[in-house]
Amino acid sequence: MFKVLSYSFMPCPNFLKPRASFKVQKDAIGTRTLLNVQKDAIVCGTRTKVARNPNMERLPNNYLFPEIEARQLEHEKKYPDAQVISLGIGDTTEPIPDVITKTMSDYALSLSTLEGYSGYGAEQGNKALRLAIAQKLYPDLAVKDTEVFVSDGSQCDISRIQLLLGSKVTVAVQDPSFPAYIDSSVIIGQASDLQPTTGKYQNIEYMKCVPQNNFFPDLSNASRTDVIFFCSPNNPTGHAASREQLEQLVEFARENGSIIVYDTAYAAYITDKSPRSIYEIPGAREVAIEVSSFSKSAGFTGVRLGWTVVPEELLYSDGFPVVHDYNRIMCTCFNGASNIAQAGGLECLSTEGVRALCSKVDYYKENAQILLDTFSSLGLKAYGGVNAPYVWVHFPGRRSWDVFSEILQKTDIITVPGCGFGPGGEEFIRVGAFGHRETILEASTRLKSLFL
Amino acid sequence: MIHRHLISTSISSSSPSAFLGQDHLCNLRRRIVLHRVKKSWICKCSAKPSADKTAYKTKVSRNENMGKLQAGYLFPEIKRRRAAHMLKFPDAQVISLGIGDITEPIPEVIASAMAKRSKSLATIKGYSGYGAEQGEKLLRATIASTFYANLGIGEHDVFISDGAKNDISRLQVLFGSDVTVAVQDPSYPAYVDSGVIMGQTGRYQNNVGYGNIEYMKCSPDNDFFPDLSSVSRADVIFFCSPNNPTGSAASRNQLTQLVQFAKDNGSIIIYDSAYALYMSDDSPKSIFEIPGAKEVAIEISSFSKYAGFTGVRLGWTVVPKELQFSDGFPVAKDFNRIVCTCFNGASNIAQAGGLACLSPEGLEAMQEVIGFYKENTHIIIETFKSLGFNVYGGKNAPYVWVHFPGQNSWDLFEEILEKTHVVTIPGSGFGPGGEGFIRVSAFGHRANVLEACKRFKELYK
Repeated sequence: MFKVLSYSFMPCPNFLKPRASFKVQKDAIGTRTLLNVQKDAIVCGTRTKVARNPNMERLPNNYLFPEIEARQLEHEKKYPDAQVISLGIGDTTEPIPDVITKTMSDYALSLSTLEGYSGYGAEQGNKALRLAIAQKLYPDLAVKDTEVFVSDGSQCDISRIQLLLGSKVTVAVQDPSFPAYIDSSVIIGQASDLQPTTGKYQNIEYMKCVPQNNFFPDLSNASRTDVIFFCSPNNPTGHAASREQLEQLVEFARENGSIIVYDTAYAAYITDKSPRSIYEIPGAREVAIEVSSFSKSAGFTGVRLGWTVVPEELLYSDGFPVVHDYNRIMCTCFNGASNIAQAGGLECLSTEGVRALCSKVDYYKENAQILLDTFSSLGLKAYGGVNAPYVWVHFPGRRSWDVFSEILQKTDIITVPGCGFGPGGEEFIRVGAFGHRETILEASTRLKSLFL
Repeated sequence: MIHRHLISTSISSSSPSAFLGQDHLCNLRRRIVLHRVKKSWICKCSAKPSADKTAYKTKVSRNENMGKLQAGYLFPEIKRRRAAHMLKFPDAQVISLGIGDITEPIPEVIASAMAKRSKSLATIKGYSGYGAEQGEKLLRATIASTFYANLGIGEHDVFISDGAKNDISRLQVLFGSDVTVAVQDPSYPAYVDSGVIMGQTGRYQNNVGYGNIEYMKCSPDNDFFPDLSSVSRADVIFFCSPNNPTGSAASRNQLTQLVQFAKDNGSIIIYDSAYALYMSDDSPKSIFEIPGAKEVAIEISSFSKYAGFTGVRLGWTVVPKELQFSDGFPVAKDFNRIVCTCFNGASNIAQAGGLACLSPEGLEAMQEVIGFYKENTHIIIETFKSLGFNVYGGKNAPYVWVHFPGQNSWDLFEEILEKTHVVTIPGSGFGPGGEGFIRVSAFGHRANVLEACKRFKELYK
């Protein structure tokens, strides 16, 4: 029996501790390891007559990242003297540049003054910030500030986009992909049931992205869906789609009348000439929403700031502009990102801010290179790491949870098992490049000793 | 396409100074630009689809739930009308007693805690990335001990949010489209609108409301508490007390009835206590003061109206461990899953502010600001009473609910705006039961509130 604490990272009182059984599906390849949480009522007392949302029942596991945290906690409890290194959850580690934190600090203080106080901001975001995002991050791409909606982060925006689109749309995801696309799809009611043998949801189209197809799906084999989630640079594979690949994607979307939800949270990590925005592709404005974030470029994982672009030209089948409905969602289901975070965001886009952040991004990229070199020197095939802060390591024939466990057990390093990102991630491990340099070097040493 | 020329008149500087030291006029200009944009959006919302037949269209059907919504959300609509009025009367000194937006600065003890946390993020020792999605441990624990001491609510029952409005939608996502919902009528529009978006409702009928929603009328005739004997069962009951917009605070007796009603029907109450600290009498501040409530209720609350956090964004939701779905599954487990998947935690800087709010100094400072707004409320109540109106609320909430029997509330809103340049909110914006009422909010600088009252006296003398 494998007891897992499924709530916060902190220990939970016993009555909330789910009794979990660790059930490994031994047959099909690509099946997620299921953590079955028993439904027995742990609490006594009167039940309401409100039926549980059946969509929630379709989620068999914890969300991936709390699950990783829980395993880390378990390991630390078991080995209290271990120096655990976390290369799992993609959490930034380096402090935010002074120039940005000083702005946030000054802004916070100004809220205690009559002249500086501001209450509710526009739900779509501070105008100057929207303008700065449009002008500085989409130069020459005709993105207007009125198309930019500031948020408290991509993960939140993904769910708001799902709320916008509703339960009746069909969805395609890359396989593997950031789990929020699938999980939010399940929650909103698009996905139907999980098929235990394949580890796939019935109504979701999985577009396999593997080394053999250069991590770009074979679109000639892909069925039409209303919505296509596409992340580039990709989490978890680290692959940045080329211009040619994205032209194919936009063409595919146009032919099928689909909407691409394009996640560019890692665009700042691009090293080569791969497009940083879907709007670099002609015709994309009529088929794509773009979601992005300050999390991984500015260390804002805790501060919470992101944005979504919804072009005016993006229309539903009846000609209704998607942006109008998105605006309504933002006004009704959201109340704006924190004004202090937005002040920080604006500073991030100043000349000095950009310069300071580039050096942080470079730091993590150097980390990624160290990890790439490490795995390569061990004769393991490692992908990504050049345009993204993730290294995607192949362990042919091995189950990713097994590899995760072995690495954790033997080196006290937390990674993320590839199947957590979908069946296409089986046999892979994602190693994050976020960490202090000395930690990365130490991890590298330990990995070398394990695999040599 | 649209509005390029308008945008160019806005403040286009993207330097940080565009953020700091904003003067009121700058804000005004900026908001005007934004609202001119919004005006055309709102018109389009109810207009037919684009007439340009050559425009490329995707083959994705619009979410029919969005199509059910009647025009824009209430408060942006108020903003839009205010902006239009200001364009029409550029010299008018418009006073806003409409949207419940805080006007007084955040107490220094709280602002400086946030400043300190911001600065610490630049240090190796002080930097933190992702926080627990449920919120920082100490803040959760302090909320539990400050607001729910001796009520059997612990740290793990508290989920920190970026505001009550956002949690309302997350709760709707949690419950799904198949639940039936009851709301007070009138009520805060987010309950109904989020329900429409989720697909819980039928179409809208004028003067009746949305199909499939149980509207529980709250009027002077029933002391602003619904006659539960005539209310049909709903899975979820939204209940706000002290109430926005009526200002009424439910008594212990009334809440005991409500809890019993929920128990009898196996319903879940979503209890919105965002204005609890405005209470003057000893009406319950939390639903959990009522025995048995933990098995039937979720409570949402916010720092917005206590600490001036309307822009900072911080709130919380309590989901007791005892609350179960019909199959025995704990609601808190699913809420936790939603919070982990559809959210990523409130801003760490805001949370540092929240913790400072709950320090002895912070609590005292908040009470002082709340007291200030309560004095405003008193001034407004006295004004309308002296003019012979039937006035409700104001004692336990920062809203005054003024009755204009037989009159159309949007017409009233326009008349008041036109003749006094004071923005209020038409009661029907809160539901059919709000028709014939105007909500006047007490958030404002004292001078503005006094001036507004002077103008009301002129108009209605």
